[in-house]
Amino acid sequence: MSEQHSTSKFMQNGVVKWIEHRMPIFSFIDHSVGSGYPAPKNLSYWWNFGSLAGLALIIMIVSGIVLAMHYTPHTTLAFNSVERIMRDVNGGWLIRYLHMNGGSFFFFAVFIHIFRGLYFGSYKYPRELLWIIGVLILLAMMATAFMGYVLPWGQMSYWGATVITNLFSAVPWVGDSIVTLLWGGFVVDNPTLNRFFSLHYLMPFVILGLVIVHIWALHTFGSNNPTGVDVKGPQDTIPFHPYFTIKDLYGMGVFLLIFCFFVFFAPNYFGEADNYIPANPLATPPHIVPEWYFLPFYAILRAFTNDFVLYWPISWLMTAKLAGVIAMFGSVILLALVPWLDTSKVRSARFRPVYKWFFWIFVLDWLVLGLVGAHPPEGAWVLIGQISTAYYFAHLLVILPILGVIERPLALPESISASVTQPAE
Amino acid sequence: MMKPTIKTAFAAFVTAAAVSAVVLGTAPAQAAGNVATPAVQDWSFKGLFGTFDRASAQRGYKVYKEVCSACHSLNLIKFRNLQDLGFSEAQVKALAAEYEIQDGPNDDGEMFTRKRTPSDPLPAPFANEKAAAAANNGKAPPDLSLITKARAQGGDSVIKVSLKHPGGFTLGADYVYALLTGYGEPPAGVEVPDGGNYNKYFPGGVIAMASPLAADAVEFSDGTKATVAQMAHDVTMFLSWAAEPELEARKRLGVKVMLFLLVLTGMLFALKRKIWSDIH
Repeated sequence: MSEQHSTSKFMQNGVVKWIEHRMPIFSFIDHSVGSGYPAPKNLSYWWNFGSLAGLALIIMIVSGIVLAMHYTPHTTLAFNSVERIMRDVNGGWLIRYLHMNGGSFFFFAVFIHIFRGLYFGSYKYPRELLWIIGVLILLAMMATAFMGYVLPWGQMSYWGATVITNLFSAVPWVGDSIVTLLWGGFVVDNPTLNRFFSLHYLMPFVILGLVIVHIWALHTFGSNNPTGVDVKGPQDTIPFHPYFTIKDLYGMGVFLLIFCFFVFFAPNYFGEADNYIPANPLATPPHIVPEWYFLPFYAILRAFTNDFVLYWPISWLMTAKLAGVIAMFGSVILLALVPWLDTSKVRSARFRPVYKWFFWIFVLDWLVLGLVGAHPPEGAWVLIGQISTAYYFAHLLVILPILGVIERPLALPESISASVTQPAE
Repeated sequence: MMKPTIKTAFAAFVTAAAVSAVVLGTAPAQAAGNVATPAVQDWSFKGLFGTFDRASAQRGYKVYKEVCSACHSLNLIKFRNLQDLGFSEAQVKALAAEYEIQDGPNDDGEMFTRKRTPSDPLPAPFANEKAAAAANNGKAPPDLSLITKARAQGGDSVIKVSLKHPGGFTLGADYVYALLTGYGEPPAGVEVPDGGNYNKYFPGGVIAMASPLAADAVEFSDGTKATVAQMAHDVTMFLSWAAEPELEARKRLGVKVMLFLLVLTGMLFALKRKIWSDIH
C-alpha cells in the first residue's frame, strides 16, 4: 500500500525521529486512528455515530468556552447576558445557536450509537467494560445538559431546575439535605445558578476523560461488526486510515449539513418558547417540559403514581415519587447490566430472528415514552405511559434473559470475509 | 427464518402500537379546546431567504411607539438598532432625542437628565416592574423584546406546532397577529370578569389587555391606511425583528454554509468511493 510507504517516509524525517525516540506519539496516533489500527472491513454506516458524538462533544466544548467568556451567572443578569450574546457580541448568535442545537445533536448521535450497540450486541464479551463506560458517559451528559439548560435563567430553566432538584427530596432521611446542598440554600436561587455554572463547565472535561477511557477500551479488542463474529485474521480487517478516516469524515459532512440546517434556519426548533421569558419564581408555566432528549426518562418518572401496577408490590416500602425517581435513574443504570441480562451467545441481531423484532419494539416503546413525556399526564397518556414504562423494564429484565435461552439463532458465518463473499440474508 | 404467522403477529402488534400512539397523540390537542389556533401567515421573513419588510417594520415601530409603548417596554432594543430597519443615522439620532434619560453621577456627584442618544435603550413606560404592576391591576404588562420567540401557538411546544402545521409555521408572529385581531364578543357561556376582555386566541379566553388597536389609531406617513389588520401586521413585523434582529444575517450566512457543506460533503463522498474502490 502506498499509504504505508508514505507513513514510513514520514517516520524517516529527522525531527519526527527525534520526537518519536523520546515520546512515541506518532506510532501512538498511527495505532489509534492510523494505518496501524486494523478495523473490521464490514462496518456499516451505523458505526459512524461514535465519531459523530465525538465531533458533537468538541463543538460543545469549543462553543461553550466562548459563551462562558460573555455569560454572567447571576439571577438578575443571566437572561440579559444571553440576549447580549445574541444581539451585541460579534457572531454571538451563531456561537449560542451552535451550543443550543449542539446539545440536541450530541444526544441524537449518542442515542443512535447506543441503539446500534443494542442491535449488534456490541456490549457482549469482551466489550462489557467499554459498554459500561458508555453508560457512564450518557449519565454525565444528562447531568451536564440539565445544568446547562438552567443557565439562561428563563422560565423553563428555573422551573425545570426546581422540579428536577426537588426529586431528590424523595430520598429517605437525607433527601432534604441533598436538596439544600444542590440549591445552596432553601430555594432555587443565585447560589444554585452559580454552582450549576461551575459544574456545567467542569462536566464536559469529565465526559472527555470518560471518552478517552471509552476509546482505550475499544482499542483493546477493536470494533464489533455487523455480523458480530470475531475478527479471525488480517483478511477480515482493513487499516483504519484511510478507509475509516474518510468514511467518518464523509459522515461528519452529512451530520453537519443537517445540524447547520437547524442552526441557521430553525434554531429554536428543539427548544421551548417559555425559555424566552425571564425566570419568575411567582409564575409557574402551565406545562413544565424538559428538553426532548429527557422526555422518555421523564415519562418513566411520571408513570409511577399510586395506581400504577408496578408500584403496588413496593408501595409498603416507599412513596410513588421515590419509586419514580429510582425507576428513572434505574432505566439508564440498568443499561449497564445489559451484557449480563442478555443471555444469548450470539452478538448480532442479524442472526437472532426473534430478538430482531423485540429490538424494534423496544425502539418503538422508547419513542412512545418520548411522546408521553411531551404531553401533560392526562387522559390516555397516563395509561400509555405506564404500559410503555412497564414494557421498558420487561424488555431489559424479562425478555432479554429469557430470549437468549429459548431463541434458536441462525447459523453464524465462519468469518467476516466469509459473510461478505456469501451474504447471510 | 421466523415462522410467517409469528412474523405477521409481530407486524400487526407493532403497527397497532404505532397507530394508537399517533391517534391518541392528537386527541388531547383537540380536547384542549377553547383556544383557537392562529392562522399560519405568509410573513416576509419566512423561508430560507426571508427578510424583514422594512417599510412594514418602520410602520410597526410607529404603532409600537404610539400605542403599545404606553404599557409595554422593549428593554432589549436600543435606538441604534433601529438603523437595521432602514432608518438613517440622522433619523435615529432625532428619534432618540425625543426622549430624556437620567444619567450620572457627574463629577460633582449629582444625577442629571440628558437627551437620549442612539446608544440608549428605548424608554420604558414604567420606572420598574412594581410600578408597572401597580398601574395595571397587579400584573406588569410583559416586555415585548422577545414576545414572538416567547409565545408558541396556544402554548404548544415547537415540535408539536410543527407536527400540526407540516406545511410551515411561524411561531410567535402568527400568535401575536392573531391575538391583536382576535378580540370580540364572548360566545354564550363564557363569563368575562371585570377588567377582562374576551380574546379567542388567549389561553383561557380572557385577557387583561383591552383591544389595543382601533382603526386609524395612528397615521402612517407613507399613506398606508391604518386598518386594525394593517397595524397588527406591521407591529408584528416590527416585534419579530425586535425578537430576532440577527435573522437576516443568520439566513444569509446559513445559505453560504449549506452550499459550502454540500460541496465539501460531495467531495468527501467521491473520495470515500475512490478510496474504498479496492475493497470487496
